[in-house]
Amino acid sequence: MALLKINDIHLSFGGVKAINGVSTEVTKGKIHAIIGPNGAGKTSIFNCISCVYRPQQGAIFFEDRKITGMKPDAIAHLGIARTFQNIALFHHMTVLDNLMLGRHLFLKRGFFAGGIYLGPARNEEIENRKVVEDIIDFLEIENIRKKPVGTLAYGLRKRVELARALSLKPKLLLLDEPMAGMNLEEKEDMARFILDINEEWGVTILLIEHDLGVVMDISHRVSVLDFGVKISEGEPAEVAKDPHVIRAYIGEEDDLIRNLEAR
Amino acid sequence: MQYCGDFRTSYEKDAVVFQTPFIKVCMALFLAGLLALPYLLKGEFMWVALQIVIASIGAVGLNILTGFTGQISLGQGAFFGVGAYTSAYITAKMGLSFWLGIPAAGLMTAMAGMVFGIPSLRLKGLYLAIATLASQFILEWIFIRWEPVTGGSYGINVPRPSIGGYVFDSDSSFYYIVLAIAVAMILFATNLVRTKTGRAFMAVRDHYISAEIMGISLYKYRLLSFGISSFYAGVAGALYGHSLKFVSSEQFGIGVSIVYLAMIIIGGLGSIVGSIFGAVFMILLPKILSLATEMVAADFPSIARLAISFEQGVFGLIIVLFLIFEPDGLAHRWKLIKAYWKLYPFSY
Repeated sequence: MALLKINDIHLSFGGVKAINGVSTEVTKGKIHAIIGPNGAGKTSIFNCISCVYRPQQGAIFFEDRKITGMKPDAIAHLGIARTFQNIALFHHMTVLDNLMLGRHLFLKRGFFAGGIYLGPARNEEIENRKVVEDIIDFLEIENIRKKPVGTLAYGLRKRVELARALSLKPKLLLLDEPMAGMNLEEKEDMARFILDINEEWGVTILLIEHDLGVVMDISHRVSVLDFGVKISEGEPAEVAKDPHVIRAYIGEEDDLIRNLEAR
Repeated sequence: MQYCGDFRTSYEKDAVVFQTPFIKVCMALFLAGLLALPYLLKGEFMWVALQIVIASIGAVGLNILTGFTGQISLGQGAFFGVGAYTSAYITAKMGLSFWLGIPAAGLMTAMAGMVFGIPSLRLKGLYLAIATLASQFILEWIFIRWEPVTGGSYGINVPRPSIGGYVFDSDSSFYYIVLAIAVAMILFATNLVRTKTGRAFMAVRDHYISAEIMGISLYKYRLLSFGISSFYAGVAGALYGHSLKFVSSEQFGIGVSIVYLAMIIIGGLGSIVGSIFGAVFMILLPKILSLATEMVAADFPSIARLAISFEQGVFGLIIVLFLIFEPDGLAHRWKLIKAYWKLYPFSY
């Protein structure tokens, strides 16, 4: 069953066509990877899904509901969470506060109850703290929970960002280059977390990653983009053999794209 | 940092503001000190203490908007005015109670603040600062021109509050009312910033796109921040009016807005306790300086005029030096001092 359906989306900024008619489906419970050279339009697709950008043509459906044109904060309510390529944490807040912020949707008490604090707001805080602590345990960041995010090392920040996305209890998790700039050991940890999130928690994952070794190892399905066009899609093993993909990565001009530009 | 032996065995215990018995005792002593203040201070000094407590409310309010939500406002002075005039109109012209006037002043100003906060939905940073400057000028113009309500340039005489025939006419008795309101509002702010709403404010400040992705409605929280901040400004303004027993438009100029911005920058942006430090600093320092000048002028009459003209310059210089050597505000210095004494005498 398709959890997320992307239907022929086009996105351009002035003369630059970032996405030029991409369609794909993300199956529920799978890890789906999007790969492609720099500037292929991968992050633009993520931004369309989380409604930061609105595609000029085409539509995106989440659980058979059209989400293009919605507000970004409404997307979180549907159960889509994401991480960013260049970490977008709240740097002056502690790790714990960042994760509690991920629980924002689940906290129902307004500012007045919050200011009074005693009673309902306090109980709600503590209930959600328990949820957050489970995620802290799961991602092994117990020792830094009270540290301001701005003071942490890069690899840990990536992990905290993943934790924050998880605290939304999403159905679909968008990961934008979760392993960028990590060493081998950190990459292995991250790959293990991604697999566990998918298998144990049943979260569907759509991820962008440049490390092809990791992508081919952990994903169930791979889509390849180049110049805003999907040039291939399939099982990791199929995609790796696809001549279009090889050409895109080696840098030769591809007839697929040439034909498109000629049109 | 926690004390050795300070074990928190449940999330409930971890969520307590005043953690250790030592801090609880300190806070109790501090409160007792505040309550004893009218017995220790006389005349002019009581007035200064009263103004510091009122300014603390206003500074906490502005810090919620600027320090926590990251929206610079240059209209705080005018919002004070809205509160002061609302309460003045209700108590002096309609003859209703002070206890109705204060909440009405807060609500009225919250509404005004939210209206003038609408540009914040589109503007950020310095552009928003300039947009709020417009609110300052528009409101000041209304204060002068809307004579039936504001009394125009004559102003309004405002009564002091009373309970059952007892009038809180002296500064020291009025101080207790102001102190009670200030303590309640500052505690409210402390709780606010550590729960859902406060976290959402900080998220909007630190990274608004990712705040939105987390499901935070930017519109709602930007306006809410303006509303809450203006409520504080309104209450502080109303109390200021009642303390002076007179409200007129000159009291709420752009200078007031800037002094309040200075308070929260010197005290520490994004810190409740910092706002209070800032209020103390900005009100006490000019007073100390003018006392020092008076002493110099008395001892050396020949340089009296020079000393008086230096007063403002020294005030400016101290602020500049403070910003250079303490850019994170007094709240940061306070943290360092606390950390030092926690480990004393083993500072490693």
